[in-house]
Amino acid sequence: MAPRSRIDLKSVAGRELHVEEHTQLLVIGAGPAGLAAAIDAAGRGIAVVLVDENPVSFKAMGEEVPQHYGQGMTGAARNRNAMMESFIASMPQIEAAFEAGVDVRLGTACWGLYGNGSGVGWLPGTVVGLNDEERCWLMGAEQVIVAAGRRDMGLGFPGWEKPGVMGATAAVSLARLHGAFAPRRIVMLGTSTEALTAALALRDAGIEIAAIIEQAPEPVGPADLVSALRGGDCEFLSGHVVREALGRETVEAALVAAINATGHPVGEARRIDCDGIVLAVGTTPVVDLLDALGCTIAFQPERSGYAPVVDADQRTSRRNVFAVGDCAGIWSSKSRDPRVSESEARRAVAAILSELGSGDGRAGQETVLPDPPTYDLSAYRLEWVRASIIEAHTEFNICQCEEVTAREILEVRPPRYLDWQAERRNDRSLATLLGEGPPNPDQVKRLTRAGMGPCQGRRCREQVAALLALEAATPLSAIPLAKYRAPVRPLPLSIVAQIPESEDQVEHWDVWFGIDAQWRPFWDVPELYTVATNEAKGPVESE
Amino acid sequence: MSEPAMSDTKGASVVIVGGGVTGLSAGWWLARDGVDVLVIEKGMIGWEASGRNGGGCTHGHSPLFLEEQRLWPQMNELLGYPTEFSRKRIRLALNEEQLALYSRSLPNAARQGFTFDRLDPKQIRELVPLAGDNVAGGYLYHFGGHANPHRTLQAYAWAMQDHGGRLIQHCAVTGFRSEGGRVTGIETERGLVGCDHLVIAAGPQTGRLSAMLGQEVPMASARAEMIVTEPLPLMAYTGIDGNGLYGRQTLRGNLAYGGGPHEWLELPDDHPPAKPSTPLMGHIARRLQELLPGAAHARIIRSWAGIIENTPDGRPVIDSLSSRSNVLVATMSSVGFGLSPASGRAIRDLVVDGICSFADISSFRLARFAKLEPNWRELQGWRFVPAEAV
Repeated sequence: MAPRSRIDLKSVAGRELHVEEHTQLLVIGAGPAGLAAAIDAAGRGIAVVLVDENPVSFKAMGEEVPQHYGQGMTGAARNRNAMMESFIASMPQIEAAFEAGVDVRLGTACWGLYGNGSGVGWLPGTVVGLNDEERCWLMGAEQVIVAAGRRDMGLGFPGWEKPGVMGATAAVSLARLHGAFAPRRIVMLGTSTEALTAALALRDAGIEIAAIIEQAPEPVGPADLVSALRGGDCEFLSGHVVREALGRETVEAALVAAINATGHPVGEARRIDCDGIVLAVGTTPVVDLLDALGCTIAFQPERSGYAPVVDADQRTSRRNVFAVGDCAGIWSSKSRDPRVSESEARRAVAAILSELGSGDGRAGQETVLPDPPTYDLSAYRLEWVRASIIEAHTEFNICQCEEVTAREILEVRPPRYLDWQAERRNDRSLATLLGEGPPNPDQVKRLTRAGMGPCQGRRCREQVAALLALEAATPLSAIPLAKYRAPVRPLPLSIVAQIPESEDQVEHWDVWFGIDAQWRPFWDVPELYTVATNEAKGPVESE
Repeated sequence: MSEPAMSDTKGASVVIVGGGVTGLSAGWWLARDGVDVLVIEKGMIGWEASGRNGGGCTHGHSPLFLEEQRLWPQMNELLGYPTEFSRKRIRLALNEEQLALYSRSLPNAARQGFTFDRLDPKQIRELVPLAGDNVAGGYLYHFGGHANPHRTLQAYAWAMQDHGGRLIQHCAVTGFRSEGGRVTGIETERGLVGCDHLVIAAGPQTGRLSAMLGQEVPMASARAEMIVTEPLPLMAYTGIDGNGLYGRQTLRGNLAYGGGPHEWLELPDDHPPAKPSTPLMGHIARRLQELLPGAAHARIIRSWAGIIENTPDGRPVIDSLSSRSNVLVATMSSVGFGLSPASGRAIRDLVVDGICSFADISSFRLARFAKLEPNWRELQGWRFVPAEAV
């Protein structure tokens, strides 16, 4: 053991982090996969905490966190108690989890997942950041199962910022979990299994599906789902896009048009009256916590895009962190049958039991591999972006938070607030950045600010990646994942500030490195520096 | 391994290894002088500390201070691209101890002709709408300011290219070719690149690369963290910091701040280090909430970390290697961004003229470490100490 005097007191080495509570297993997300994992683990004698951010507060929904709600909630979403009751009522397994002895925490978000690894070593094991409306704290967990679910790729068109344009995942959760979905008649974009099952769920909740729009020449999802939706008042318009969301303040109609093979609109645009436009052109695994932790994430089209690399036990590249359910990958048969996610959950629990020495490691569950893709996911998403954004008749903001258009992204324009008028010597654009290496969304983000706003890029990151891919003429897989960072939910300073600090950290806190010699004025610097003769004394005044 | 083939990349009169703020500023200064210059970067420019810092431009202790102050107000125009430079700074103290501490650097600036005012709490609340009743006092600097690090970095790169300088990214340096005490070529992943002069400004990698040339620049690297909030209404002065934090309100309105403990690391040689952030975010947030109580409701939308190198005394090295006469090494030792307009010019002067024309940078010499204890990292405690080893 190194003597304390040899530790830099201004560093984190040896610092105690205040971790308020500990659990054997933390499960993040109380969807079908998370619930199955928590109930299974509790039944096998593991101490389990299960957290889920739902019901999300009306305010958070209004800020498009954690899904793209598009202001589609009814006033019922303001009543938190009613939202809690409807959530529990719609998920009977929650009751079962309570009964199984799971420590269930609803309305509790996980905003950070931390652990020692490359570049960090001072943490006391795996630590998660949790918060509710009033409080923020850290929890230690020996094992973590992430079941964070899915999210929708945003897709812009003129008017898509209007209330009433929303993601399918948000629409279904409002309608099915809470009965708090405002639109009564919608137009849906996309025909994958995920889109069609969302449409069916909305129809079952009493919402009229006016039309399902698909840019591809034919629906890409299974024929039986198409048949189930076709007929009645629901029209399938393949080879079409939404040209504009019409309406004075909120969506009143979708203006749709046929497109040719290059995505260019042809013929008369047609108006379809609706009060909601639901985006389901791309469903992606929620990998924010896993990426922020440093788990290996790879573009896997058979898993619907960027997804964690998992082994047969659903283990990520971190030994004690598992991913189950949609966040581990989304494919057709999994979206249609919750037993696939539940089987993933049980395999993860079996691996954890084996790790704890109290199981044989067998879940009695077959490993289910993703379906072979039935369509080219990358080309499909790129075609949507080309037809909807590149071919749009007018400019609009792709990044709604920071107000950045597609052209501004492709030209790598300085943000508008700078009002930068100076004549540039050369024409700098994405093309010139591309000449210097593969396109990187984080680089474009820092220069244009697209994706840097309070919605944390949830509505624009897949579109920005697609724009870069189209410009660079590469598939989506060539565009690196824009890094996720904690907090993966926006958190007020006053809430995060509650994380307690050790006394010796407070005592030794310094603005910068606390190197006494560093700030000595240059006219007063000794000719030779050795540790033994260093006379510079603190407290120093970092500049 | 066989000898690398000659690269497709044409050699240059000056090759700069490292596309951080120091290397790119030097590249720009050289290119605008008509020097044939090439910057080689192993990843993307500014992807390490250069693009991840607080953006402050106020360094009265440095021999480059006068030039820093002279150049910043002109940088948008000189570069032809926006840097988001914003003048002046207000440093707030929440107690008498901080007030005394923050007064210490001001004589350095005053001695060089720069002025400041001491502010009382009432004045502060007028100038800084987000400040609160907890403020004890502060200082208004009539100099300095801050800029946007990543935007500035890109501006250096583009401006250098406008003057004919070249940049290669995603190309790691693997070795050097020497003849007669001089480096003649740089071995890279893409082959050999010839040079007349070599500048190593590779941040945390500078030590390792200089060691390959027989004279190691002593340094250690650490991870430090920052946070940023959603945008808030722009204040009249945006260079507001104090209470143990550095940072600024960006011109977009976000509060971007850092401070507090760092973590010393052992860096991998073969791949870019991971840069995870940790729950220190909460401790930075608490100090920011105390500094600007009017922003307590503001939501943090990101935290991030950067890897930063320091020499044993925390002071820069800008000097030629004695082992290779045409090689210059440059590290600003964790204080590089604000001083970059001046450090690049100093490097240009040393490469082209052999002497810095505008400042006495003798305190940046490598010779000051001639008697440095070999186990200096151990002695200073600048070691990676994993939790289980404590």
